[in-house]
Amino acid sequence: MHKANVSIWFFNGVLLTTYGLMIGGYGVYELISGHTPPVVLAYLHAPLWWGGGMLALGLLYCFKFAPGKDNHATK
Amino acid sequence: MTVLPSPLMLSAVVALPPQHLAHLAPLDIAIIAVYFAMVIYIGFYLKQRNNTSEEFFLAGREMTAWIAGLSFISANMGSLELMGWAASAYQYGILAAHWFWIGAIPAMLFLGLVMMPFYYVSKTHSVPGYLKLRFGESSRLLAAVSFAIMTVLMSGINMYAMALVMKVVLGWNINFSIWVSSVTVALYVALGGLRSAIFNEVLQFVLIWAGALLIPILGLIETHGWVGMRARIQHNFPGQDFTHMWHGLGAFNHNPMGVHWTGIVFGLGFVIAFGYWTTDFLVVQRVLSAQNLRAAQMAPIIGAGFKMLVPIIVILPGLLGLAVLPHLLPESVAAHVPGANSYNEVLPLMLVRYCGPGLLGLGITALIAGFMSGMAGNVSAFSAVWTYDIYQAQINKRAADSHYVTIGRWSTILGVLVSIGAAYLVMQFASIMDYVQALFSFFIAPLFGTVILGMLWKQATAAGGFWGLLSGTVTSVSLYLWVHFNPAALAHVAFSVHAKTMAENLYRALWAWIVCVVVTVVVSMFTTPKTDAELNGLVYGATVLPKLEAVPIYKNHWFWAAIVITGFFIVNVVFW
Repeated sequence: MHKANVSIWFFNGVLLTTYGLMIGGYGVYELISGHTPPVVLAYLHAPLWWGGGMLALGLLYCFKFAPGKDNHATK
Repeated sequence: MTVLPSPLMLSAVVALPPQHLAHLAPLDIAIIAVYFAMVIYIGFYLKQRNNTSEEFFLAGREMTAWIAGLSFISANMGSLELMGWAASAYQYGILAAHWFWIGAIPAMLFLGLVMMPFYYVSKTHSVPGYLKLRFGESSRLLAAVSFAIMTVLMSGINMYAMALVMKVVLGWNINFSIWVSSVTVALYVALGGLRSAIFNEVLQFVLIWAGALLIPILGLIETHGWVGMRARIQHNFPGQDFTHMWHGLGAFNHNPMGVHWTGIVFGLGFVIAFGYWTTDFLVVQRVLSAQNLRAAQMAPIIGAGFKMLVPIIVILPGLLGLAVLPHLLPESVAAHVPGANSYNEVLPLMLVRYCGPGLLGLGITALIAGFMSGMAGNVSAFSAVWTYDIYQAQINKRAADSHYVTIGRWSTILGVLVSIGAAYLVMQFASIMDYVQALFSFFIAPLFGTVILGMLWKQATAAGGFWGLLSGTVTSVSLYLWVHFNPAALAHVAFSVHAKTMAENLYRALWAWIVCVVVTVVVSMFTTPKTDAELNGLVYGATVLPKLEAVPIYKNHWFWAAIVITGFFIVNVVFW
């Protein structure tokens, strides 16, 4: 019987990477197009660096806990 | 909930005015959809690992300390926790942080260092199960039935409150919010059991932080740091103190909560916090899933470390609201002023203030994740208590193990359906929330008295445990009714005519605990205790605890507990 053995941290990595790409990608669009939303501190381009941070963290977790790297599901 | 959200908080959320605060862009919708797809996928993925009751109800007891610890704290971080305590911080200032620090940290450390060995070594499946081993069937039944009823009712209340928040913030239909979120939780918990609930809670923990942490960061940038924020608050509210935790607690009428430090220390810090964090199966179940005793002891300590940080994403946004949104009104006033916003909207207002497309979706996903982690905690705990402590104990004692797994899956769905029913009941009779909330609190304090005496005192007898638990509960109910029908009685229950509702809750819990302990001790003195052999594995002094293998100091739970308690004292002194 196949046993689930993908680490929860890998799932976290996938989600953070996906969100990082989506939000960071929007941040890049915002920066290039100059189209900023009507929010306070919009000039800081929070989607860019917050999304970038999530992308970096997500990739780190995806790599470190990738299936097949002897990462038990509960670790 | 930190300990328990107050009735004020719950009813206030219900009373949010009918206006939309935000509109989601397609990117936000996509972010929310990705989240739902992920949690459902995890449920299907883990379905194959739930063939035995041990796997379904206790995740096979193979979780690491980190996973059990994060799940332990995540199951407690419901959406009402985020919304409600941010609102409380706007109303009461940093006093609200007591519910995260003295109202949580010492109790969580006590669970890990002192109580966990007995829960773990006894191999109990639940807290009522421990009461069965220690005091007998009657105590277990009393605790199991009250826990099962209150858990699904609380789940329903949270569900309704969350759906209402979604309606107010985004304009979503209440029925849509209730059914979509409930069916999702039912699906992944019924499929994957506690393991699925725990995996998703870890995921939700990360999401909550990712979605909520940006608010205090940007808020502090806008106010030029903590000092700038305090200056703005003082400018907006001259003469009022919102940034000291202990300074105004010398008298009931010197602080906006109407509490005294004795109520905070003994009522909240000792009875309510210890009652909730050490006996509420919703949280204890997560720790019981740990892979060994050391992990089980480390999990609450890891949880305590993160719990100490939660005010950053809950209390700080409320304080920042005082600095940058000084015109929020009490709910009762805002409801009658067109276009006005109330305290209770401070967190979504801060979210909308700083977050555009993408980040707004992430923040809303954090709120949904908070709700779902809390609900999954409730239904998975309900499922275990129903199956082990009611169905197996009272209805069908000798079925095959696979039968109990099936019952567990169906009771998960049953729990969700009853929760939905409770949500619609509350929709019709909103005041029920206040009573159910009070009802839930009736059991926490005396249950702690019963469990702690059972664990630490060999002479406590079965009769003592049962009558102590019952009399403590009756005391709590009686005091509640006394004050309800005669508000002047509050001066007697809470020792001051200036005491307010919050103080009543704290002192009522203290009285209930004292009565429980006194009755347990007195009845035990006149009845026959169990022998040491019968108490092996259950009671301090009659149990030989397994010797833990030697580990480096950085893996030792006492070392980390010392760090956490040091941090606890530091934050209290810094914000004194």
